[in-house]
Amino acid sequence: MLIKNPESVLPSEITDERTFHERRRLMRAALIAAGAGLAGCSSETGAETNAAAPPKARELVTLKTSPFSTSEAMTSFHDATHYNNYYEFGTGKDDPVANAQDFKARPWQVQIDGECEAPGTLDLDSLIQPHAMEERIYRLRCVEGWSMVIPWVGFGLGDLLKRFKPTSKARYVAFQTLRDVKQMPGQRYRVLDWPYREGLRIDEAMNPLSLLAVGMYGRWLPNQNGAPLRLVVPWKYGFKSIKAIVRISFSERQPATSWNQSAPSEYGFYSNVNPDVSHPRWSQATERRIASGASLFNSRIKTLPFNGYGEQVASLYTGMDLAKNF
Amino acid sequence: MPKPFNAFRLAVFLLCLCPVAWLAWDVYQNTLGPDPVQQITHRTGNWALRLLLLTLAVTPVRRFTGWTRLVQLRRMLGLYAFFYATLHLSTYLVLDLGGFWSQIFADIAKRPFITVGFLAWLLMLPLALTSTRGMIRRLGKRWQALHRLVYLCGILGVLHFLWLVKLDLREPLVYAGILFVLLALRVYWHWRQAAGSVTRPPATREGNSPPRQHGPTP
Repeated sequence: MLIKNPESVLPSEITDERTFHERRRLMRAALIAAGAGLAGCSSETGAETNAAAPPKARELVTLKTSPFSTSEAMTSFHDATHYNNYYEFGTGKDDPVANAQDFKARPWQVQIDGECEAPGTLDLDSLIQPHAMEERIYRLRCVEGWSMVIPWVGFGLGDLLKRFKPTSKARYVAFQTLRDVKQMPGQRYRVLDWPYREGLRIDEAMNPLSLLAVGMYGRWLPNQNGAPLRLVVPWKYGFKSIKAIVRISFSERQPATSWNQSAPSEYGFYSNVNPDVSHPRWSQATERRIASGASLFNSRIKTLPFNGYGEQVASLYTGMDLAKNF
Repeated sequence: MPKPFNAFRLAVFLLCLCPVAWLAWDVYQNTLGPDPVQQITHRTGNWALRLLLLTLAVTPVRRFTGWTRLVQLRRMLGLYAFFYATLHLSTYLVLDLGGFWSQIFADIAKRPFITVGFLAWLLMLPLALTSTRGMIRRLGKRWQALHRLVYLCGILGVLHFLWLVKLDLREPLVYAGILFVLLALRVYWHWRQAAGSVTRPPATREGNSPPRQHGPTP
């Protein structure tokens, strides 16, 4: 599925040296992980065969790099997997890593429906099969005022959506997370109206920056980071990047979204990163960066409009009052 | 007045230092997790609130148990609450905001949870400054009136916690519940004492039953 000749992916000519070495390190890590039969790395073999899987077992090797990638210092894999907002597994930052380990990310099916000519329900493999995986190192800005830099592995959301032939009525795309109280203990508490829902305007969804991720740091997504399929929209606050997606629907009307429903005055439908529009509880002017190189004393940095992706996405909002449409 | 450092007070003094020692150790060992600044902020804030509630619990516990020695701890617990609140505020200013420290003015003005949190700290400041024996003597009756502000500090502290939480209110509600009980007891006692003082003076119609025990023991 994802195996290609690694020789073809060493863009040393176009990548600065630090990033290049960092990437080499990641790829090595990915190969070692696969060689060790890391649970969850194989899509269809069971756990028993997985342990004895030979190194040539399907591993998630990053194939393409992306011009959208930042060269900023990355967040460590440990930090990115031990500090998560994923209320389905608990409201504490360290709850997801503790409670998501038994989550079954395979087999997995995704339903695509609504205003499109070719709706259907696909299993994960056939969903991602046609797409070439690429690595994109994106900034992730949480609405709570902290941020990370994460190397995602995935493919363009727009490329996937086009396969289902959205009709002219498809003005929005809605996403839904799995609802399964047995596997997601956080859903026992109605802190949000489960299942978690998110949505994008169709042109936002089709923007090349919008990514469907299946991996990070050269590995399959850990459960606590939204396995097996999550959205990544880097110019919006993190909660827009919905995890463990089971349903994608095209709609004519703006879909309801979870945080907006829960507190409409605090979380808008758009939720674009905007240093000029502060949240009642957090200033959005600056952020605390969780990344290597950030110490106890220098972790705060300025927040950029659209999280620094204005060049790619600002034109989507021409003529809109972004303070009103926050 | 007890000696400044009897063994009982010394033990509690050292006990109250444990959270900050533990925190310092975690900083030194680098075991505070991905977002150490937030951890330090949360832990110092939690301890400030816990110690404030402990301070407010001294009188009720003393009255229920008759353990009068507890009153020796009240000032120390209050000062420790202020100590942790000050660490909490300094963490926010120095570690969290850092070079952007002036952002705190906008925060105080615009963000209700910071407004009430800062106000709570500000109100604790005169209480800490007037906690010396000299000040108690000098202020006389006004000292007690001033130190009633501690109730307000408790309310503001709990509000600060409640308002900063996004959705899951369970933890701050525990603090709110404890504070409610501690304050309700005082209201109840006050009300009973007031009612008692109204009904006491005229002789009871039944005759010579002795007056009931009213109000707090001094």
